[in-house]
Amino acid sequence: MTATVAVRRPAWSRPYLLGGILAAWVLLWIAFRGQATLPLGGAELTPLHERISQAANAIDDSRNSNPFFLYFINYIRLFIDEFVTLVQSMISRPSFGRPVPVIGWLGVVGIATAVAWLYGNLRVALLTLAGFVSFGLLGLWQESMDTLALTLSAVVLSLAVGIPLGVWAGLSDRFNRLVNPVLDFMQTMPTFVYLAPLTLFFLIGPASATVATMIYAIPPAIRITAHAIREVPGATVEAGTSLGSTPWQLLSKVRLPLAKRTIVVGVNQTIMAALSMATIAALIDAPGLGKTVLKALETLDVGTSFNAGLAIVIMAIVLDRVTSAAGRRVETAHRAGRARGPLWRRVQVAVVLAVMAVLVYLSYVYVWAAEFPGEADAGSYVRRAADAASQWAQTNLYTYTNGFKNLVTYGLLNPFEAVLTGSPWWLVLLVVTVTALVLATVRVAVVCAVCLALLVVLGLWQDSMVTLAATLVATVLVMALGIAVGVWMGRDDRADRVIRPVLDAGQTMPAFVYLVPILGLFGATRFTAIIAAVVYAAPVATKLVADGIRGVSASAVEAATAAGSSTWQTISKVQVPMARSAVTLAASQGLCYVLAMVVVGGLVGAGALGYDVVSGFSQLQLRGKGLAAGLAIVVLGTMLAALTKAAARRADAAAHGRS
Amino acid sequence: MRVSRIARPRAVVLVAAVGLLVSACGGAKVGDSPSGSGAAAPAKKACGAVNIAINPWVGYEANAAVIAYVAEKELGCQVTKKDLKEEVAWQGFATGEVDAVVENWGHADLKKKYIEDQKVAVELGTTGNKGVIGWYVPPWMAEKYPDITDWKNLDKYAGLFKTSESGGKGQILDGDPSFVTNDAALVKNLNLNYKVVYAGSEAALITGFRQAEAQKKPMIGYFYEPQWFLSEIKLVKVNLPAYTDGCDTDAAKVACDYPPYALDKIVSKKFADSGSPAYGLVKNFTWTNDDQNLVAKYISEDKMTADDAAKKWVTDNPDKVKAWLPTS
Repeated sequence: MTATVAVRRPAWSRPYLLGGILAAWVLLWIAFRGQATLPLGGAELTPLHERISQAANAIDDSRNSNPFFLYFINYIRLFIDEFVTLVQSMISRPSFGRPVPVIGWLGVVGIATAVAWLYGNLRVALLTLAGFVSFGLLGLWQESMDTLALTLSAVVLSLAVGIPLGVWAGLSDRFNRLVNPVLDFMQTMPTFVYLAPLTLFFLIGPASATVATMIYAIPPAIRITAHAIREVPGATVEAGTSLGSTPWQLLSKVRLPLAKRTIVVGVNQTIMAALSMATIAALIDAPGLGKTVLKALETLDVGTSFNAGLAIVIMAIVLDRVTSAAGRRVETAHRAGRARGPLWRRVQVAVVLAVMAVLVYLSYVYVWAAEFPGEADAGSYVRRAADAASQWAQTNLYTYTNGFKNLVTYGLLNPFEAVLTGSPWWLVLLVVTVTALVLATVRVAVVCAVCLALLVVLGLWQDSMVTLAATLVATVLVMALGIAVGVWMGRDDRADRVIRPVLDAGQTMPAFVYLVPILGLFGATRFTAIIAAVVYAAPVATKLVADGIRGVSASAVEAATAAGSSTWQTISKVQVPMARSAVTLAASQGLCYVLAMVVVGGLVGAGALGYDVVSGFSQLQLRGKGLAAGLAIVVLGTMLAALTKAAARRADAAAHGRS
Repeated sequence: MRVSRIARPRAVVLVAAVGLLVSACGGAKVGDSPSGSGAAAPAKKACGAVNIAINPWVGYEANAAVIAYVAEKELGCQVTKKDLKEEVAWQGFATGEVDAVVENWGHADLKKKYIEDQKVAVELGTTGNKGVIGWYVPPWMAEKYPDITDWKNLDKYAGLFKTSESGGKGQILDGDPSFVTNDAALVKNLNLNYKVVYAGSEAALITGFRQAEAQKKPMIGYFYEPQWFLSEIKLVKVNLPAYTDGCDTDAAKVACDYPPYALDKIVSKKFADSGSPAYGLVKNFTWTNDDQNLVAKYISEDKMTADDAAKKWVTDNPDKVKAWLPTS
């Protein structure tokens, strides 16, 4: 780790080559500007779009005769519906002839706190207690429980499917190679594209909402489980084999126990992904907080939607901290064995469970414990405060924010977009392919060329270039912010403690909540879409950079300080370069998150692919185009992922001093 | 109810035991019927379940709220409201999960697919609301530049509407992707020095107009009425070349204003054949733009729940409601 960048190949050649490519691009752009840019108007369709539309219609029409639907999809739907309804009847919906759910608020609070305590620790138990009580105080108990019921059902089903598949992918290279692109597809395909068709197959109701959530939440479960299984040291497995273990024993006694810690991380990510779908699922009548957010957006009621958004953020933070604590507990147990005697543990468990049982019983029998008492309505204060803040910002900050918008738009976005959209498509293809050749491998260059060609085939070249330009500008802003704040957090634990919840909020607050304020500040523009993407993506990048900075060995920093480096020198010459692989990872993750916001961007003035997807969801005749736009986003994601992965490998190799 | 009554003796014992541990706990029990409410629900003739789609705008919700309220209170129906976008709601006709869409804006393509081809839905007449689509400017602009409401003068003001998005031309802000827009064709065919920018959502349009009026900023954009926002800021419509029958047949050659929309009601075939009294109600339902705007205002500005807003309006307008009730 101490050796900084080990020089491989003549490194000087690369920057010069890239500079040359850039210069050639600009010259050719001037020469060929406006030719072969393949524009397509808002309502225009290509024959391909119409064919996709027709194919989708044909599937719609065969729904009642196709045995695949009759015997397969229908049973899945019935099963999921029953399962979700059961969970809902437990905590969120009047059930079994009672006017209230089986378990009232006191019981739910009791169970949640007990689980947090038993699987995590006392601190997260208190956090859980406070968090769950706050749902009631915000006046959103019922909605929160609806969201929780749907999220938990989707998570349980995702894990039930995802963990076995993950184990398979961990054991079999072939299956892993097969499943990976599918998972990429599931994660990058915008939900809007498949939301309407889903209701056709799974009907309007819990099943559709759950399946929509699962499509987004299963990939982390599979990926991280597979990764966990792969990480199990080969020597341990060999030892197991030589002791005569059967493959099943190897899995259940060696691999799974050792992989448990990482699998818990997968559970955590699955929960977060599922929760992030709460608002989108509300578009197809999924009950809960998401509905409150969307309803409030109809009347531009910022206060109400913020209140509901806050409940989602609290739920996310509680679930995240509890699963993380559970993960750490598994790790400590694994490292140190049992710290305290089993007797003490057994007493603790018995007491906690007994108290929980009493609370559940009370909430089953008594109205006061079943329905959250309505008097303490903190929600109205939150609503008013959010309204006032949004009003104030829109009135007073507009001049500055508008200036900032114009600066970035005219200085960075417009020129960049002009070059990308003004160049003939073949020129962009050529430039990107050659750049990939210089920066990465032949394979990556081929992937890039194929992806760009696909964009041409999809008939959405110019829209894709507009989206690409905005995506790259957003990523640059994300990285600027991520590195600045991440370095600060990595060097200062107190800053970390204060900033981290803010980052969590940025990551989990549904974008629909802050659409109105940012629209008020920046207008319906591409820049507004970029801001929305930055709010969502910067937290991830910041956290990764902070972790990377903290991972730099203390001795290296001390050595630099002792050698008389200033703070700035320590950061720029030691910490950031040594955290290089974390920074590259932050960039690639940031890019993924920015792409995930393309559709939301379409709602606030970004136009291009995001708007195509949204209008495809809204208008029948644009359905094929919306699908094609969704595919174009996937294609862009694939290309950018291939490039950043290559860059990450390079950074990793450099950081480890290998050539 | 029956279950809880049988379980009561055991419950009493348990409660007594728990009561020793948890002092001062008590209060009403789940399942106890509040006194006096037993006789409140009169037996009406069977109506059964009605599923009304709720499309995501306030005017629609006003229609649905009043219909649902009357169906529940007067006809004893069990109304389920389902929050769905238009296309998903129409799909619900095919899957049997949506009975009624109670404010439909055109949607010739959906009508063709579900009414003509699949025959799973039927038209049920107008709601009485007149829909208008067009280009609007904030009131301060109409006051300062009185001639801006004629499209022929728009080019004169194009410079005012320049933004970072419009590439040197005037910007026309288009809104919700759910609405059909001819604006790109209009700009081209009327030869205007403008560029259509797609805001992408109703929220974006309303926020834009709000800021434009508050900051006295120029803005021109696509809007429509009835819309609750117009009671907050009375946007002024720009007159495009008048609509004549058939002038919008070829979407690429449109050079005239949007047609007036008679907003209508669509129900599923199944619901129409069911003979439910709620079908009669939906069929008879009709009211004015002012009626809808009032209920929409209760919801959007006075922040009433849809149900409370409907209750208030129904109480204030018993005669109108009476006319909707099926006679048989």
